[in-house]
This record gives sequence, C-alpha cells and structure tokens, in this order.
Amino acid sequence: MPKLNSSAELEKLREEILSGRNSNQKIITLCSGTACHATGSRAVAESIELELKNQGLSDQVIVRKTGCHGFCERGPIIVIYPEGICYLQVEPENIPEIISQTIKENKILEHLLYVDPDSEEKITKETEIPFYKNQQRLLFEANIKIDPKSIEDYLALGGYKALARAVLEMTPEQVLEEVKKANLRGRGGGGFPAGTKWEGTRNTPEETRYVIVNADEGDPGAYMDRSLLEGNPHSVLEGLAIGAYTVGAREGYIYVRQEYPLAVENIDVAIKQAEEKGFLGKNILGSDFDFTVKVHQGAGAFVCGESTALMTALEGRTGEPRPKYIRSNIKGLWDKPTVLNNVETWANVPLIINNGADWFSSYGTETSKGTKIFSLVGKINNTGLVEVPMGMSLRDIIFKVGGGIRGGKQFKAVQTGGPSGGCLPEHLLDLEVGFDELTQAGSMMGSGGMIVMDEDTCMVDVARYFLDFLTDESCGKCVPCREGVKQMLETLTDITDGRGQEGHLEQLEDLGELAREVALCALGQTAPNPFLSTLKYFRDEYEAHIKEKRCPALYCRELIDYYIDPEKCQACQACLKKCPADAIIGGKKTIHVIDQEKCTKCNTCFEVCPSRFSAVKKISGEPVPPPIPEEERTIVRGSKEK
Amino acid sequence: MDINKIDQIIDGHNSEASSLIQVLLEIQSENRWLPRQALERISERMDVPLSRIQHIATFYKAFSLVPKGRHEIHICMGTACHVRGAQNILNAVEDHTGIKPGETDLALKFSLETVNCLGCCALGPVIEVDGQIHGKLTPPETAEALKKYE
Amino acid sequence: MSKILMKIDGKEIEAEEGMTVLEAARTVGVNIPSLCHHDKLEPYGACRICTVEAQKNGRSRLVVSCVYPVEKNLEITTRSETIDRARRTILELLLSHAPDSEPLRILAAEYGADKNRFEKEPSFCIHCGLCVRYCAEIKGLHAVGFINRGSKREINFVPELVAAECWSCKECFPLCPTSALQAAYVFTAAQVSEIPVFEGDTD
Ligand SMILES: Cc1cc2nc3c(=O)[nH]c(=O)nc-3n(C[C@H](O)[C@H](O)[C@H](O)COP(=O)(O)O)c2cc1C
Ligand code: SF4
Ligand code: FES
Repeated sequence: MPKLNSSAELEKLREEILSGRNSNQKIITLCSGTACHATGSRAVAESIELELKNQGLSDQVIVRKTGCHGFCERGPIIVIYPEGICYLQVEPENIPEIISQTIKENKILEHLLYVDPDSEEKITKETEIPFYKNQQRLLFEANIKIDPKSIEDYLALGGYKALARAVLEMTPEQVLEEVKKANLRGRGGGGFPAGTKWEGTRNTPEETRYVIVNADEGDPGAYMDRSLLEGNPHSVLEGLAIGAYTVGAREGYIYVRQEYPLAVENIDVAIKQAEEKGFLGKNILGSDFDFTVKVHQGAGAFVCGESTALMTALEGRTGEPRPKYIRSNIKGLWDKPTVLNNVETWANVPLIINNGADWFSSYGTETSKGTKIFSLVGKINNTGLVEVPMGMSLRDIIFKVGGGIRGGKQFKAVQTGGPSGGCLPEHLLDLEVGFDELTQAGSMMGSGGMIVMDEDTCMVDVARYFLDFLTDESCGKCVPCREGVKQMLETLTDITDGRGQEGHLEQLEDLGELAREVALCALGQTAPNPFLSTLKYFRDEYEAHIKEKRCPALYCRELIDYYIDPEKCQACQACLKKCPADAIIGGKKTIHVIDQEKCTKCNTCFEVCPSRFSAVKKISGEPVPPPIPEEERTIVRGSKEK
Repeated sequence: MDINKIDQIIDGHNSEASSLIQVLLEIQSENRWLPRQALERISERMDVPLSRIQHIATFYKAFSLVPKGRHEIHICMGTACHVRGAQNILNAVEDHTGIKPGETDLALKFSLETVNCLGCCALGPVIEVDGQIHGKLTPPETAEALKKYE
Repeated sequence: MSKILMKIDGKEIEAEEGMTVLEAARTVGVNIPSLCHHDKLEPYGACRICTVEAQKNGRSRLVVSCVYPVEKNLEITTRSETIDRARRTILELLLSHAPDSEPLRILAAEYGADKNRFEKEPSFCIHCGLCVRYCAEIKGLHAVGFINRGSKREINFVPELVAAECWSCKECFPLCPTSALQAAYVFTAAQVSEIPVFEGDTD
C-alpha cells in the first residue's frame, strides 16, 4: 500500500474501506484485552472459529477481536452486529447455540443477556445497560468497534483525519490555540494544562525537541491507559503526532511498562501500519513534517512514571528523579525540551482537533473539561473501566454506573489518585469529580484509579498498604523518602499490629511534613497523602487501634480473634476440614471450637462457614469468650436443625 | 547463556548505551535471569561501567540475578486485590511453597513475586502462575490451585 | 560572567551567574549545612539537609540550596523554624543508621537532634553517594556503585576493580562521613582473595 499524500487520498481510502463493508454483514465482536483473556476470552475465540467452521459459516461471518469494553466484571463480552446484541460472561459452551440460534436464526438467547437488577428487565443492546448508559464514552467508544491490529478499522471511524487537518490545513500555532482553548489538562497526574506545557517547548530556541507518551501506569489498581493502548493504539499515535507537529518535535517515544506485553505488541503493529500509510515517517501526508516514534519498555519501577525519572530511564539509566528547578518542557530528555503527556491526554487531542475546542469544553466543569476514564474497582458491583464527563458526582459514578456496593454492604470510602491520593468518606459523595475539587478534598485526580471500600476495609490498613507500596518503590535517593517514608510505614505497622502508642500520630504528622516539604520528587512529596487523608476523615479508627487495640473493620490480623458461636454452629465440619493449622476441635455432631493457641488467623474458617450458619465470628478489642464445656458440645439430632 | 546470543541482542540495538535497559530486558526474557557473564559482556560491548549495570539490574523489578524456579507465581498486590483479601492469599501461597516474595525454593520449583496490579481487578484477588491468571480466589482454593504444578 | 544581585538572610550579596545558592552563600561566609554536596562533583540533592527558603515574586518555597541556581532578586532565608525542624528530623533519621558519625553528631548538637528518636538500625551508610560519584566523576573508574532501590539501597564495590584499581587509590575513604565505606571495601577485598568469581548476586 503506497503512502498517502493528501487529505483527499485519505478520504478516498476511507470511502474504499467503507464501501467494502456491507452494513448487513454479520459480525461477532469479542473483547480480547488482557483482562478479557483472564476471564477466558481466548477459549471463547477458539470456540467461535471452530464452530463457524463446523456450521459452514467461516466466510460469511466476520469475527473481530476488539480491545476492552470496560465492563470487565461481566467479561468476556460478545456483541453481534448489525443488530448489536450483547451477550455477557460468555463461555465456550455457549458458542454453538449463539451461532446456530442468533447468527443463523436471529434468535436472542435470553439467558446470556444483561438483567437489570432493579427492574429485572432483560437488556439486549450494550449501550442500554445502565453501566454504559450513564457514561460518556468519547474516548472509549471506539474500543468496542475496532480490532486494534487493524488500521482499516480505525480509518473507517475517521481515524487520522485530525492529523491530516492539523498538518495540512493548520499552522502549529493554530493547533496550539485550539488545545489551549479546549483547556485540556493532563490526565496522568497533576492536571497541568497541556497547552501551556506545549507552548513552553514550542518557544524554546533549541532545535531538537521530543514528545513522549507516559504509559508507565504504575498506580496499583488502575488499568485504563493499558486498555486504551491495547484497544485503540492509533488514537494515541495520532494525538502524539499532532503534538509533535505543534511543538516542532521530530522524534517521539512511548514509554510503556513491560508488564503490558499486549499493549507493546499492539502499539508496535500500529506504528508499522502508520509508517506504511504515511502517518508517521518522512513527509507525513505529503507535508514537510517528519516524525518517528520508538517504543521503550519500562522494566518495573513505579517512580519511572515521574517525569524526570522517566527521562533518565529512557536514556538507559537507573530511573532516579533529577533534582531540577527547570521544567522538562524546557530541559528534559538529553537536556532537550520535551513534552511528556499521559496516554489519555494524547488520546484526547484528535478529538479536539476533529470537533473543536468548543465542543470539547461543552463537557465537564468550569475548570475541568472533557471526560475522564476511571478504573472503578474494589468492593463495587460493576468493576470495570468507566468514562464519565468531568463533574459527575462520586455518588453517581459509584452507584449509578458502578451499581453500588457488593453484597449489600455499607459504603465507607473511595480512594482516588493512587498512592499519591487519598480516601474520601461518605459525606463527600456528592463531590463533583474534577481536578481541583478532588485536591481540595485532600485527594487528587491522579491517573484515574477509583477504589471503592466498604465497612470491612480498615482505613489504617489502607494507609499502611500505600506506604508499604511507596517504601518498596522509592528510588532511595533522598532521605525524607527513603528513611522518612519507611519510618512512617514502620509506625503504621506498629499501629495495625497492636503496638500503637501515644505520640505515634504526631510522629507520623511530623515525618509526613518532612516528606511533603523536602522530598526530591513528587513520589516522596505526596507519599503522606494516604495517611493524612485517612487521618482527617477516619481519626476514630486510628484511635481505636492505638488506645483500645481494636480494629473496627475487623481486618487487622493481630487485633482480631476468630470464634465459633456455639449457638450457631451446626457441626458441618467445613471449617474443621479446611483449617490449615488444625486449630479447630470438634467432629460430627460436636460443636466446633477454635484452639486460640493454634489459630494463625488465616481467615479460612470464616470463608468456608456456610452463610446460612454464619457461625464463625471475628472479634476485636474484647476477650474471646471461653469455649463451651466439652460435655455441652454434642448436638442432639433434630433439635438444632431446622 | 550463549555469548553469541548476547552479542546478537546487543547488535540488535546498535550497541547504543541508551538501549541498555532494552538489552537487559531481552536477555531476561530469553534466559529468565541475568548471569554475571552476561552483565560483563554488556559492559564490555556497550561501554557501560559494570557498577552502573548492577544498579540497573537490581533497581528494576523485571530483572533477576539468580535463576528462577520452573513456575513463576505472581501475586497481585494491587489496591483492588488488597481490599479483597490479597494478603490472605499471599499467606496461603507462602505456607504452601515455603518461600517469601523474591525467593525461589531450593528445588527450583517455584519463584514467588508480588506485583502491583495485573489489571484484572474485576477478578480480585488474583494470582498469575506462568502467565495464567487464577481469579476470585480464597486461601484454600489457592493452595489447591498450586498443587497442580509439578 | 555576569553578576547577580540577591539577598541571603536579609543581606544584599553579589553572586555569579551559574552558581548555586549554596556556593553563593559560602562565598559570603554564610554557612549552610551539607552532607552529600562536594565542590568538585555535580549537584546531587539527596540528603536535603541544605534546604533553605527561597522567596521570589512574593512567593516562598523550600528548595535545596546545593542545586538551586542563583537568580536576580531572589531572597534566601537559611534558618527558620520550618527549616530547622526539617533538618532536625533528617538528622534523627540518619542517626538511626550511623549513630557515631562525626559530621552527624556535630550537626545534631546544633539542631538539637535526638539520636535515639528512631529505632537504631545501624547500617552505617547514609547514601550520600560521595564515594560513588567521586569514583565515577573524578576518577572515571566506577569501582563502587549503588545497588537496589528504596531502603534496600546499598553501596557495592565491583570485585574485579577492587583487586585491580582500589588498592592504590582509596581516595574515596576520607570523603565518607561514616565508617561504612571502608567496611564495604574490606569485605569485598576479602571476598576477592577467597572467591575470585561469583555467579550472580546473593540478594
Ligand atoms: C511517582 C510518580 C508516578 C507517576 N506515574 C505516572 C504514570 O504511571 N503515568 C502517567 O501518565 N503519569 C504519571 N505520573 C505523572 C507524571 O510525572 C507526569 O506528570 C505526567 O505524565 C504528565 O502528563 P499529563 O500532564 O498528561 O498528565 C507520575 C508521577 C509521579 C510523581
Ligand atoms: S522522593 Fe523518593 S522517589 Fe523521589 S527522589 Fe526522593 S527517594 Fe527517590
Ligand atoms: S488490583 Fe489486582 S488486578 Fe488490579
């Protein structure tokens, strides 16, 4: 395929692709991202191929493996076009009937449809499912329509039109004006205005300039950048190329963590395709703009997501942040002006150029424009990736889109911003989600992790968890982080292990101040946030741990005991058989008792005790009741059974 | 590891010092650990001091300076898995294998690592054994799952 | 070189462009404490003990003086309650590793740091990196480097180079503010004589 040399050629190619596509064509799309593979979509794919062959339909039906649809809770997801019938949690066993019934006979298989938990109505179309209906999928929309390895799919949706418009019809200044007017703010961390950053680089006298995609996605509980790169790599490339044109860069890098092999694979394929078509390389689309992109794999270090550390790593060195008081858009990679933006930030750029700044800023709030993708996870019903307009309330995200808390439990907090962020309590549920709103509440937007916690989550433990993560991920260069944050972790561990003392909270605050004010990079500077925000909103939990040696959420292992309620135990022996420490005494028709000396608090008995009995209890802050005398342990047949 | 293979990988990156991490990643994925002689060869061929290579090889999580077991267990310690009980899963795996994160047992059967988010939060808590995901686990199920590996 | 007018602790001073605040302060006799700084080495900014307050256009923030470049009209404060508190805590954290280090004890006395505030974990090295950087930047030998990250970070000699180069040099020894460097060297030297090659790292 020769390179394209003008907008007209691009449009012609698009029309060719579209005219080759019949709108009545049967298409089966199957989500095939990493998370989808984990739920078994590979086996489903094999089954589809096999069954189409068996039923002689291989050349009549197109199978399209798309990226992540977001509704990972119910994956793997199949959508059948042109009707748009959506089947959830599909297993290989379902495939023969899907092919024979739905594909051949146009019959809908009711048992694979989504059932609305409120109305109990069955929903056929993916977009009608409440999880999707309440979203605004500007970026993610394409994910469900395209095969990431097919540039034709991307072109069919109008791909690379924005690049063509930018390089052929607009000056770099005009593109910059549009991005500034859209008020696009960085999606990877602090929400810094992209336009301002670009302008700084554009105005430097240096000839050599770079643009970089930050796809390090280190936040432990977030995977939206991966899903974008895996599912729609061309959108990121297109945004990057537009950025390069605007700031005058001829080389770009995609820094992607090696833990994301599928993303690396798909972006590699996409780069090759884009080069073949003339969207990358020399004289892009017939203009005099040259731009090439290289992929650099990160080797596993959270701190490398930080801008200066990332650039150091790109240079082939240990990813330590540099002490610099000059911004990297002026002096970055190899000391040259460098624009670093997050995956999602870049993916927004083509939308802005195609639809205009006014359209973009019609979504969102006064200071936060557009949409944001969140990784909505934890104790929530609809785990997955959601894209909502800025300004939606936490309550709507968690309850309308997310379907509320699992197992009918009570909401306790939502954590945003990853390890640099904080936990927000129930009374802030009506907070509108935006960069400044979240920061004011003591958390931050971060890259989009949103972890929902319920009554069983211990907030002191959550703070300890994040500090443990950060201690492990600190590069170890500066003292406030290497020593101070580690000391904070030790003190928090003392508290969760029941060794909390008067003065511990003050010490934590003191160390937190040191890290915030004096640490070298933002990893250390924001490390105290998980502690500070939980202390602010859940001080009572800290005090219960320290003063009463009690964990109100019944989570902290050293502060709880397991106990079998003799009134409820039916001597079913489930726990007796499973206890790995042989700590349960009992037998057939003999009420079980836990030997507290032997119990390792592994939680197994609690997990296996049938919920209709719920005999195993966790207690904290009070002594374990004495075991009932041996002679009273026999269950007389029938008397206890219902 | 074969020295020619190492040279081949280095040549594939034009011996550029900035590709050092990419070279190490390739050797790690090829050989599953970084033998001392490989580091020395890279140092010589790419003209990077050995002390700097050692720092890189111990700084990033992807690298190992010791041989790995036949089966690599990755336990997700991401936030979502954590709030769904990953610690109990880790304890169960430690009990079953007798090793702690970062270790390999003497028989070279298992290597154990904790990782931060496998991106399968909907399935939490999850573990990954030799690239295969096991999700929605309880501690007893975890021990069961590991029994299948020889 | 053009001259730059600025203020340190209320006093007008003249500095040269390209200097750091720490250098400028020292040329006029204002002493700012430092641990990881060395005149001959590139700015490093790791210990953070040289933190000062910088005021510019009415805005004030904490910066490390060994890296921060001098600027026109900059106003620097080298002592304040916030600064002293930060320095004290840094010293206390470091003293838990190297309780006998002479430079730390002198500073501890000045800032009222309690060497017993945090539990002792004598690993001696305070990770100032002077030896590592001196060996790399001045000597070009790279015989000593860091390994690992975070709180597991350590200094590490390359055994082959210890045998070949270090014996006749040892210029890094007097730079070390603790006794850790010599210990690591002696340990490696002993290893070299007994086990000439080692396969991989033990950690
Ligand atoms: C410790 C640390 C880790 C970070 N990790 C990431 C990351 O994984 N992805 C990302 O896009 N930004 C990350 N950031 C933010 C980046 O430093 C940088 O601000 C961002 O990539 C800029 O792009 P944006 O303006 O488009 O958000 C991290 C920052 C810190 C301090
Ligand atoms: S704050 Fe932490 S991660 Fe950042 S430079 Fe200091 S030690 Fe390294
Ligand atoms: S947090 Fe475990 S898979 Fe995401």
